[in-house]
Amino acid sequence: MERAASMHVRPEETVAEFVGATKRYGEVLAADRIDLRIRRGEFLSFLGPSGCGKTTALRMLAGFETPTDGTVLIDGQDVSAVPAHRRPVNMVFQHYALFPHMTVEENVGYGLRQRRPRLSRREIGDKVAKALATVRLDAFGPRRIWEMSGGQQQRVALARAIVNEPKILLLDEPMAALDAKLRGEMQRELLDLQRQLGITFVLVTHDQEEALAMSDRICIMGKGRIAQIGSPQELYDRPATRYVADFVGKANILSARIVARAGGTAQAVLGNGAAVTVADAPGDARGEAEIAVRPEALSLAPSGEAPGPGVAAVAATVTHRTFLGDHTEYLLDAPGVGALQVNVPRQAERVPGGHGMGASVHVIWPEGAGLVLAAG
Amino acid sequence: MAMTRSRARALLLTPAGLWYAAMLLLPLAVVLIFSFGERSQIGGYAPGFTLEQYANLPARFAAFRNTLTLAPLGTLASLLIAYPLAYYLAVKVTPKWKTMLLVLVIVPFWTSILIRSYAWIFLLGGKGIPAFLAMFGLEDVRLLNTPFAVLVGIVYGYLPLMVFPIYVALEKLDKRLLEAAADLGTPPWRAFLQITLPLSMPGVLTGSMLVFILLMGEFLIPSILGGGKVFFVGNALVDLFLQSRNWPFGSAVAVGLVLVMLVTVGLYTRAAKRFGAGRDDAALM
Repeated sequence: MERAASMHVRPEETVAEFVGATKRYGEVLAADRIDLRIRRGEFLSFLGPSGCGKTTALRMLAGFETPTDGTVLIDGQDVSAVPAHRRPVNMVFQHYALFPHMTVEENVGYGLRQRRPRLSRREIGDKVAKALATVRLDAFGPRRIWEMSGGQQQRVALARAIVNEPKILLLDEPMAALDAKLRGEMQRELLDLQRQLGITFVLVTHDQEEALAMSDRICIMGKGRIAQIGSPQELYDRPATRYVADFVGKANILSARIVARAGGTAQAVLGNGAAVTVADAPGDARGEAEIAVRPEALSLAPSGEAPGPGVAAVAATVTHRTFLGDHTEYLLDAPGVGALQVNVPRQAERVPGGHGMGASVHVIWPEGAGLVLAAG
Repeated sequence: MAMTRSRARALLLTPAGLWYAAMLLLPLAVVLIFSFGERSQIGGYAPGFTLEQYANLPARFAAFRNTLTLAPLGTLASLLIAYPLAYYLAVKVTPKWKTMLLVLVIVPFWTSILIRSYAWIFLLGGKGIPAFLAMFGLEDVRLLNTPFAVLVGIVYGYLPLMVFPIYVALEKLDKRLLEAAADLGTPPWRAFLQITLPLSMPGVLTGSMLVFILLMGEFLIPSILGGGKVFFVGNALVDLFLQSRNWPFGSAVAVGLVLVMLVTVGLYTRAAKRFGAGRDDAALM
């Protein structure tokens, strides 16, 4: 299946929009002035730890929560005061919320049966059959819900939502209850489904791998606010803040003194006096800042070996090593800098069998690896 | 650990088994034997084998008729009053008030039904509600000693038995199902009919069964509020065993009641199964 559906769509067309959307429960700010445009046909994820406001954002889109301030728009229309049952969106609930007193096909056809004017029985039957085929549950229509496994129940929940052809499909941690293997399968299936249907998907998850694997764009939430929004690569390569760098992937976060900056790069001096060249934060002018560098951006050399020209080297001792097959995770102690993690691919090991515990090494910091983090 | 499953099961069921054998089957057998006997000269039971007692059953037709109209009617009235109350308690009320209101539902049980029914004699009697209605020009309203009075007493006495099973069923209803219904385009009132009501049926069935079975054997409320004019099979039994001491006929009436009960409850269960088919929480008998 080619990536057809999203291609037909004008790239920047907005299907839904949050404008200063705020949700307050007494003293608690669950969502704080959220501004966000959701593009038609994209796969957008809200990612963050529990209590970050991601679920509140989704529920404001579904209509289960009314914003205390600000507005939510769907297709350009202010739906802030429109109840859930009149919104053109459908949700796959965290624990599926399937109706236990109905069969699989009755569950899937439920939304169609609510339409007024009524759809004909035949039309409903056809659509239900098609939706069940889409989630590969063709033969399961007459089954009872409790006869279905967790993975099957999730497919039923999915079919029950997509059969209504919603403008946006909302997914509230849909894979949280599945085991790891099933989760991987389900992720691929969801992506295929999204390409096939061309519907906008909005996913809420606390699982960064899930968000990275599936999303066109990720909206990282923290304390009710949007911390950063961008493609998975952008967030991984250019995390704006320490919060984002910490949350997406692993990062070494170090304090540094910025001694020079030009053309988007900055010269940073680490605690042990080593000077490294990193990408700068736009518009930043601080003398002291935190810098972040990914473990796989660094490499290790035996301390006897001289580092090449233009390459910074930080003296360190190996404190832990974890062999993970294709690569080894080294935890190091660098005097004056602190703890560092470096991931070395197997074929890039400079010492046969890798560096041992307690070995003295140089952490090689290539020019341009790492970046200055914005405050906050 | 060495105990097998079947031995454990036998041990667990022994006390209840013995109890039922001694307290239910044995008396039932005695009643059955009595019902084929004759009344002795001084009352009570004289051995014999005759179907005469059963042939006399039509003489008590009115008692059976009253029981079989007022018991279902009372069950229905209790249900119609209990459901909205249980719904309010389970869904609408804030947790702070919930416990207190639940206690209020039970409080009447702390006093004997006898005393409470006597209170209704006053309320329904000439100086009670009828006197109040008379102030608005509704003269000569008779309430006491009517089927209505018995119905009022029934609903009053049995309401908590109906409220609690329904309350429990509504309480454990997953509220996310209602969100799912709304998400799929269902307005709240329709979601009630399509989701809440069917899923609370186990509670409704349990409550109705409890009230109905107990009502079939009721005698206190009809004798107090029915004033001898509206009497149940239970009253006939009290009369036959304690007043006229016609034990064989009383036993035949009792057997008749058991049979009627078996048939009605059997029909009810069959109808009820269609609601909860296959569901383990359906709480059917």
